[in-house]
Amino acid sequence: MDVTTILIILLVGAFATYFSGDKWASKVALLFGIIAFAGSICMLSQYNLGNEINVVKLWITKPSIYFALQADGLSLAMLLLTTALTPIIIYSSFGNDYKNSKAFYALILFMTFAMAGTFLASDGLLYYIFWELSLIPIYFIALIWGNGDAEERKKAVVKFFIYTLAGSLFMLIAFIYLYQKAGSFLISDLTKLKLSSIEQFWIFLAFFLAYAIKIPLIPFHTWQAKVYQKAPTVGTMLLSGIMLKMGLYSVIRWQLPIAPLAAKEYMYLFIGLGIAGVIYGSIVALRQKDLKKLLAYSSLAHVGLIAAGSYTLTLDGLRGAVLQMIAHGFVVVGLFLVAEIIFRRYETITISEMGGIRSQSPKFTSMFMILVLASVALPSTFNFVGEFTVLFSLSQVNIWFAILGGTTIILGAYYMLKMFQHVMLGETNSKIFKDVTFNEGLSLVTIIAVLFFFGMYPKPIIDLITPSLENVLTQINRFN
Amino acid sequence: MDTSLVLVLLLAPFLGFLFNVFLGKKAGKNIVGIVGTLSVVVSFAVTLYFFLQINETKQAIAIDLFDWISIERFNISFGFLLDQLSIIWLLFVTGIGALIHLYSISYMHDDEKMHSFFAYLNLFIFFMITLVIGSNLLVMFIGWEGVGLCSYLLIGFWYKNQIFNDAAKKAFIMNRIGDLGFLIGIFIVASLFNTLDFTSLKTIVTTASDTNDFWVAAAALALFIGASGKSAQIPLYTWLPDAMAGPTPVSALIHAATMVTAGIFMICRLNFLFDLAPNVQNIIAIIGVVTALVAATIALVQTDIKKVLAYSTVSQLGLMFLALGLGAYEIAIFHVITHAFFKACLFLGSGSVIHGLGGEQDMRKMGGLKKAMPITFITMLIASLAISGIFPFAGFWSKDEILMTAFHAYPTLWLIGSVASIMTAFYMFRLMYLTFFKEFRGTEDQKHHLHESPSLITFPLIILATLSFIGGLISFPGNSWLNEYLTPIFLKVTEEEHAFGNTALALMAIALTGAIVGILIARVKYIKNNTLPSEDAEITGVTKVLYNKYYVDELYDALFVKPVNVLSNFFRDSVETTVSAIVFGFGKVVNELSFQGRKLHNGSIGLYLFAFVISICAILTYLYRTNNF
Repeated sequence: MDVTTILIILLVGAFATYFSGDKWASKVALLFGIIAFAGSICMLSQYNLGNEINVVKLWITKPSIYFALQADGLSLAMLLLTTALTPIIIYSSFGNDYKNSKAFYALILFMTFAMAGTFLASDGLLYYIFWELSLIPIYFIALIWGNGDAEERKKAVVKFFIYTLAGSLFMLIAFIYLYQKAGSFLISDLTKLKLSSIEQFWIFLAFFLAYAIKIPLIPFHTWQAKVYQKAPTVGTMLLSGIMLKMGLYSVIRWQLPIAPLAAKEYMYLFIGLGIAGVIYGSIVALRQKDLKKLLAYSSLAHVGLIAAGSYTLTLDGLRGAVLQMIAHGFVVVGLFLVAEIIFRRYETITISEMGGIRSQSPKFTSMFMILVLASVALPSTFNFVGEFTVLFSLSQVNIWFAILGGTTIILGAYYMLKMFQHVMLGETNSKIFKDVTFNEGLSLVTIIAVLFFFGMYPKPIIDLITPSLENVLTQINRFN
Repeated sequence: MDTSLVLVLLLAPFLGFLFNVFLGKKAGKNIVGIVGTLSVVVSFAVTLYFFLQINETKQAIAIDLFDWISIERFNISFGFLLDQLSIIWLLFVTGIGALIHLYSISYMHDDEKMHSFFAYLNLFIFFMITLVIGSNLLVMFIGWEGVGLCSYLLIGFWYKNQIFNDAAKKAFIMNRIGDLGFLIGIFIVASLFNTLDFTSLKTIVTTASDTNDFWVAAAALALFIGASGKSAQIPLYTWLPDAMAGPTPVSALIHAATMVTAGIFMICRLNFLFDLAPNVQNIIAIIGVVTALVAATIALVQTDIKKVLAYSTVSQLGLMFLALGLGAYEIAIFHVITHAFFKACLFLGSGSVIHGLGGEQDMRKMGGLKKAMPITFITMLIASLAISGIFPFAGFWSKDEILMTAFHAYPTLWLIGSVASIMTAFYMFRLMYLTFFKEFRGTEDQKHHLHESPSLITFPLIILATLSFIGGLISFPGNSWLNEYLTPIFLKVTEEEHAFGNTALALMAIALTGAIVGILIARVKYIKNNTLPSEDAEITGVTKVLYNKYYVDELYDALFVKPVNVLSNFFRDSVETTVSAIVFGFGKVVNELSFQGRKLHNGSIGLYLFAFVISICAILTYLYRTNNF
């Protein structure tokens, strides 16, 4: 058994969902989502036992392109994040009624398939294909099943599509250039190249455009808030929970090892950019009137910190970044689910139309509160582990980075608690708010359990990712 | 054995929390109260066991449970350390905690969310224990932020009132400013010494021949910023008076006796580090004494009974920081303990008064309660005498030692501290006279209902008043049990100041006279001349500035809150749209180019031919010039 199995399960699942018809689509999708997660757990145990789960097959001879999937600890961690979140995301949508739901759920699984492929591919072109493939389903999900005015939505979604696609083209050019040099797209060959620092600069920059738009880093983030707002919540969860991690993962997997000299040379610049995103995102989040947009800017702040951690080129920075990616994936899905739960009852995402919910829904309030606390990285939640490690790595580069990046713990608390106060507290709202249903509760409790478990015992994940990150560091330091 | 007992100590309140969260509503109010209180009593009992054990063996107990967080150079384990310092803190955290739980059974009985209240209170005790027994800085940090969370939840307990919610949010955010300092301190300590474990740190720091003075001082300063957030010192003190929005037992437990002493605990824990940074110690001493004075001046004119006590707490914490800054850790701890007794007593007493008056907190509408509430009166009187520093009450001894130490180090600090102490005596008796003496100034309806609180409320008061009376015995000058007990924790003990000499006696006499003068002024003003504090609108001059707390809240608002919000609006409305327009601009440029390009393809064969010939020539020339022809 190798990792292809997971991809096959997801792809077959997508088709099965489509052909199962509207009535059964969501359940079939959930079933395949769970099977894929179970399969990923099997992969993990195979990997831990030392069994071979990688695949390298020549796919196209000229130019030589391999169907190469390689699951090291880092890829497995991202795969597990993807396949763990997917069933949660699907299950959380059970309270909604989608038109043409067979296509909707099929697209979700198809997107998961493409994202899982991106995390596993170790051939540059195959990776690029998965990378671009994942864009198509989310384009349709956001466009067809989104909220609000159709014209405005179309404008936002098309902008997102073209913007990310355009950014990715630079990455394709970089890959083609690299192929000229190495005669292969395999990452193992690309990371052996001894490129000159000028070449590395341009390649780094090309990758950077693709990733900075996807993650997104400021000032390439302008697509984000509108799309998060307009997309159906499921789409927003897929985007923020998993898809933006593709960009962050790719920085660690592709950009840094292939062009480490440029990464070193401009380290301060890129760390600075990440931290600027932390501060900028937090400050913009303060005055958002729309819950989903607020969460989008909060996401911008968090990924800025993750990117800053990655660009420190230290084990602590990389490890903290990966931990924080996983933690953020869970917490952000939980928070968007919260927004969705409120939307189901009040049919609004405007904060000023909420308030006074707490007195009507003790269970929902507690779960929301816990997610808010995780988001502001309260110690004992998973997010603290990541944030602490990243901030520590920043302090090792320059203490001011840690201080500036650390403002996230103040500003984050400010905008999240302010939001919580206006959404939940105050005099009882005249509109009735029904406490969480079983479905909603189960999704939230699962997320919360994950956040607390790994907050107290992150060791399994640390042990899983550390060897791969050490490899990445060896590749980065090959010019020394 | 020890491990499982430590877990009992820690998890008993946590189980109480879980019970109250999940079953509290069904179980009913009495069960909620009993389970909540018992879970803390269990912790107290275990603490007593460890106290006796460590008293005998003099051996600290260290427990490592598992590896928690890894950073490249070392692992941070999840572990506990029980030594004399943590035991001392545990004793009063769980002891006073249990009393306040008991008190709350009656105090909160009419609140529909009593189960949530006990859940939060139990959770607080759990985090406080974590803070105190953590074996390294990061486990301490769990407790540190955890108690901050509980403080947030309890200040905003009556969440329908958005003003209370604002107070809760303010407390959390101001604490987080301090927490960033704490984290930065942790980072510096980690990079200097490659460990966060207290025991290893002590060994490394005390045996290192050469430490980097600058970075050690930076670490100490950053950690002190953390401490000043939690313990409400200048400039991060303004959240504590607002925190009085919470129910009164919360003010007693969290915002007087226990949580706000966490900063002092942390500095005591790291005393060896602070000893290496004399400049930072001076800063701590100065900040402490200035806070003591500033807060005392504000307390002089407040009319809300809880606000007086809140500023008094800030002021007393300032004195403790003065002691810390002078390196007199054991004296600071002495004052922490006596303060916990008398301030908890005062807050619970004020709660009893507020309870009796149906929620009234304005002292201008009290008066004459002496007869109706004799037990509350007597116990609060004892506590007031203690905080004013009257011989032989507990506060006399601890405050005196702080002032004496200050006198030996810097007489100026002694002078400022003494002035603050005289003010303390004044505003405390102002409070007592306004509340308990003369005629009742409330409504007829309230007067009708005046009564002493039930025994669940008075019992904790009596215990705490007794402790406020005799608490000084634990550290008698010249023969201090406390100092001896704490010897293993601190490197140097300031022996000479404990001696009973002529200077000591003279200083005591001065302090005592000052306190009596303060009380007499209050007596003349409020009993003899029968003055009442003016109504809000009539307050003028210096009093107005003091009454409005030097306008510090307004200052912070203008300096930080408003600019950030203006910036946020600017980013949201201008920067975001501009950047977005630039991105769209690229699209427009491409559109424009293709539109212009289309014009070239106008179907004129002549133009095509011309372009073709020119291009061929250009290519040939290029190839020729590069010698590839």
